[in-house]
Amino acid sequence: MFEFSAFSLYDAAFLAIGGVTILGALGVVLFRNIIYSALSLVFTMLGVAAIYFQLNAGFLGAIQILVYAGAISVLIIFAVMLLMDKDARRTNLPTPRTKAWFAGGTITMMMLASIIAAVGFTEWPKTALQGVDNSVGMLAELMLGDYVIAFEAAAILLLVAVIGAIILAKGVENR
Amino acid sequence: MIGLPHYILLSAVIFSIGVYGVLTRRNAIAVLMSVELMLNAVNINFVAANKFMNDAAAVGQLFSVFIIVVAAAEIAVGLALVISIYQQRKSVDLNDFNLLKW
Repeated sequence: MFEFSAFSLYDAAFLAIGGVTILGALGVVLFRNIIYSALSLVFTMLGVAAIYFQLNAGFLGAIQILVYAGAISVLIIFAVMLLMDKDARRTNLPTPRTKAWFAGGTITMMMLASIIAAVGFTEWPKTALQGVDNSVGMLAELMLGDYVIAFEAAAILLLVAVIGAIILAKGVENR
Repeated sequence: MIGLPHYILLSAVIFSIGVYGVLTRRNAIAVLMSVELMLNAVNINFVAANKFMNDAAAVGQLFSVFIIVVAAAEIAVGLALVISIYQQRKSVDLNDFNLLKW
């Protein structure tokens, strides 16, 4: 076979999925029509789900597709449809002030450069682990064992968020 | 060839794109979508570190599940707030959200 066979199918899959995900994320912040941004967000979420599947976290990938690509994206698209009052091609413009745009770009580039430098200067372990085999069972044991308080708190948080969202969007009738 | 640093770099790039969106967009829904991008970048980091540094337990995946739960609550309340402000101001432009200023 080839001498440079260190480049495996796994690596090619990572590069393809990562490139698609980054393109989708760029679309979210660069499109001028917010409907295109929302569809680009769905694309990005599906890319992240593919990365979870590649990392042997199939259960999390399924959750990602159900919650993000299914529920949250529908919520965002409904909000966009409810709130769009002008020309659709001008709904997601960047800030008109050049100073703010320049400051945002500079902060972003500085943060990205420092993270890349930190990753480059760190010694990473060479070992390739297999990943969790039975992640659903382990997640269930952790959720109802050591982390049961966080699990119950998350349940209460979801309930409060749903009631709060209804009250905020609908308003309270004064009697 | 592909290891933990590549996943961290991918996550850093997506997080930076989210930061850029939060800082430069002026549509409130676009800012909420950029926050979702940042939360997803953090989730990639958790799952990758879980696989490459400690694959005996699934704690990283568990934290990702909790982050997804909190993100769902956040986007629901955030969109409800935007709809509520839109009913008063007829705008989703963040520059018009100055209700607490006088």
